[in-house]
Amino acid sequence: MSLAEISTEQDAYNFAYLDEQTKRMIRRAILKGIAIPGYQVPFAAREMPMPYGWGTGGVQVTASILGPDDTLKVIDQGSDDTTNAVAIRNFFAVTSGVEMTMKTSEASVIQTRHRIPEEELTEDQTLIYQVPIPEPLRFLEPRETETRKMHALSEYGLMHVKLYEDIATHGHIATTYAYPVMVEGRYVMDPSPTPKFDNPKMHKNRALQLFGAGREKRIYALPPFTDVVSLDFEDHPFQIQEWPDTCCAMCGAKDVYFDEVILDNEGSRMFVCSDSDYCETRQADGHYGEMHAEYKERIQ
Amino acid sequence: MTQPILRVSNLTKTFTMHLQNGLHMPVMNDVAFEVFNGECVVLAGPSGVGKSTLLKLIYGNYSADMGDIELRVGDEFINLVDADPRLILDIRRTKIGYVSQFLSAIPRVSALDLVAEVAQNWGHEEAKSLEKAQTMLARLNIPERLWHLPPATFSGGEQQRVNIARGFMGEHEMLLLDEPTASLDAINRKVVLSMIEEKKQAGAAMLGIFHDAETRNAVADREIDVTSFAVAA
Amino acid sequence: MSFQDVKPLLKVEELSHYYGQQLGCRDINFELYPGEVLAIVGESGSGKSTLLNCLSTQINPTMGKAYYRFADGRVENLYEMSEADQRTLLRTDWGFVHQHPRDGLRMGVSAGANVGERLMALGHRHYDNLRSTAIDWLSRVEIDADRVDDAPRTFSGGMQQRLQIARNLVTNPRLVFMDEPTGGLDVSVQARLLDLIRKLVSDLGLSIIIVTHDLAVARLLSHRIMVMKGGEVIEQGLTDQVLDDPHQAYTQLLVSSILQVGT
Repeated sequence: MSLAEISTEQDAYNFAYLDEQTKRMIRRAILKGIAIPGYQVPFAAREMPMPYGWGTGGVQVTASILGPDDTLKVIDQGSDDTTNAVAIRNFFAVTSGVEMTMKTSEASVIQTRHRIPEEELTEDQTLIYQVPIPEPLRFLEPRETETRKMHALSEYGLMHVKLYEDIATHGHIATTYAYPVMVEGRYVMDPSPTPKFDNPKMHKNRALQLFGAGREKRIYALPPFTDVVSLDFEDHPFQIQEWPDTCCAMCGAKDVYFDEVILDNEGSRMFVCSDSDYCETRQADGHYGEMHAEYKERIQ
Repeated sequence: MTQPILRVSNLTKTFTMHLQNGLHMPVMNDVAFEVFNGECVVLAGPSGVGKSTLLKLIYGNYSADMGDIELRVGDEFINLVDADPRLILDIRRTKIGYVSQFLSAIPRVSALDLVAEVAQNWGHEEAKSLEKAQTMLARLNIPERLWHLPPATFSGGEQQRVNIARGFMGEHEMLLLDEPTASLDAINRKVVLSMIEEKKQAGAAMLGIFHDAETRNAVADREIDVTSFAVAA
Repeated sequence: MSFQDVKPLLKVEELSHYYGQQLGCRDINFELYPGEVLAIVGESGSGKSTLLNCLSTQINPTMGKAYYRFADGRVENLYEMSEADQRTLLRTDWGFVHQHPRDGLRMGVSAGANVGERLMALGHRHYDNLRSTAIDWLSRVEIDADRVDDAPRTFSGGMQQRLQIARNLVTNPRLVFMDEPTGGLDVSVQARLLDLIRKLVSDLGLSIIIVTHDLAVARLLSHRIMVMKGGEVIEQGLTDQVLDDPHQAYTQLLVSSILQVGT
């Protein structure tokens, strides 16, 4: 008798790893989160077969909403082929067997760490964020009882204290990621650890956006078309990162979020799209950056 | 018939010393007298008979056991015994001034500001108040170099004169004087005597203690012998 | 307007608080008027801190009422207000100066942010205005403008206390609670702080309820005094009357325990 014949491994896993009771519990938390946009819903996060900090919150949310007909895309820092993204994709390939894609437009569910795809999402898509620290007030108020009360009573002076402190220290608001936002004029939310470049994309997005924090056991949500406003001062308005006069070295794109790549020991560098699918799609459509030819040559 | 500004009747005061096994120390009994506007009444009697205690009772610094201390405000008499603390403070602000021999002013405030503060409380502008305070300090022969220093560092006589300046800067209708001239030299005593005379002319009533017979004779329109109220020990 | 026409800012009726079976304070009645400074004195365990925490709505008392008159003339029982309204009151119309600066300050953020926090909570959103307001308040509590971006943990104890006061006064509160504000400071630093508080009280017409075990502090700052022992007020009245002619045995003991300095 071969090992394959005695193994019932495939049957030992429920679809998408989590048992159905757990999924129902998490779905209830998700529904509550959708009903109260920006509100952090506590949930009984499970141990997952990966360490905290590797996206256990996002994975549980994804596992709970995934169906056999879904197509899943997993990105980390905008890229589909970094370690974290590959590990999570493999996990769902084994436990759910759903179709995988790297193309933003083909995915029905996208799990992400850091980035929102450059390509505009649609109402048929769900974006799931992996969140390390869901509490935006934690920086200045360590007591959970107090931060909950502050959310309940909309006491958000503290958020501006943090931004004030930024300006006092750096001369400008130096927070570049996890930049706090006001959701529907009610709850302040931490989009952590997304770069503030992507904050405007959260505003009135057509897709459903879900946030899962595994270690902190919180789920929150932005239903489609939710108002998401980045906090700021009148004399220091919110600004996204800018790379003036920079184009993607591979696809020539402007006005996207760039990764800086160091090329050699002399410090030569290039800027490329952080969103790898967006970059490749543009290249396939015949958009080329100045280093495109050289790069293609090198990999042949 | 003119009404008195101050009417004391049936006033009794006992100290109970709980730390000395509840020792009762009756000080005075059945105190009764009146003071009128424009006169200076001197409390007479040997020391320890309760003259200062009587002034402190009137000022509200001590509380009476029974009796009445009535102050005329317009046509009405207000009883100060068991009065609301806010009433006492209001009376101190507007009606009854107190000049003691000891400086009890706020520490770390300059002599000039201490005196000017009183004028300001009486409604004078800040500049006018400072001017009045300077005049007053100069009149009491306090050297100009001391004006901007807190009186805590002054000599006893200088402190006393700052206190007198504060007391006379006010425009109270009733002044309680607790040995204001004690330990003053002849020149300054004269200044204070003339200030008392001016207050009298302005219609203020004064009730005072003066140990020095010469001063007493100079200012007193009338004497009240406190010995008659004293409780025999 | 005569003082008799002035209505009380706070009116406390039969206030008692028990921690389970343990008495905190019992049957407290008093009124506080605008511009009045009331000192609550007594030893540790006398109930003065419990009373202060009840009055500032940090504890809901077991029994009793406390009516507060708002700036618009509206009067409300503090203990029937919602928690949201209580907290808003505490950071706008009221102030609370803690004994330990770390309880009343955010030690990790700059002095400017500490002063500006209440204003930001009220919706102020102009950085330069917030910062210049903070600098103005720092100067009023005698802290150099160039310390505005420094964190309070780099300040001396006396400066921290003054910063705490500025942080509270920035919304022009009408009532400020103080819990042993000079405790733990050097004598000379204490003196400076007391001078400052005295000046602010007279300049701003603040009402203050100050808890202290230091009778000298009470004498210097307060108009009225309440002496507490075993959870009850045993003697109250005009500050100089209570201190110069104390009637209760315990008050006499307290007064006789002060070192006689000067006179």
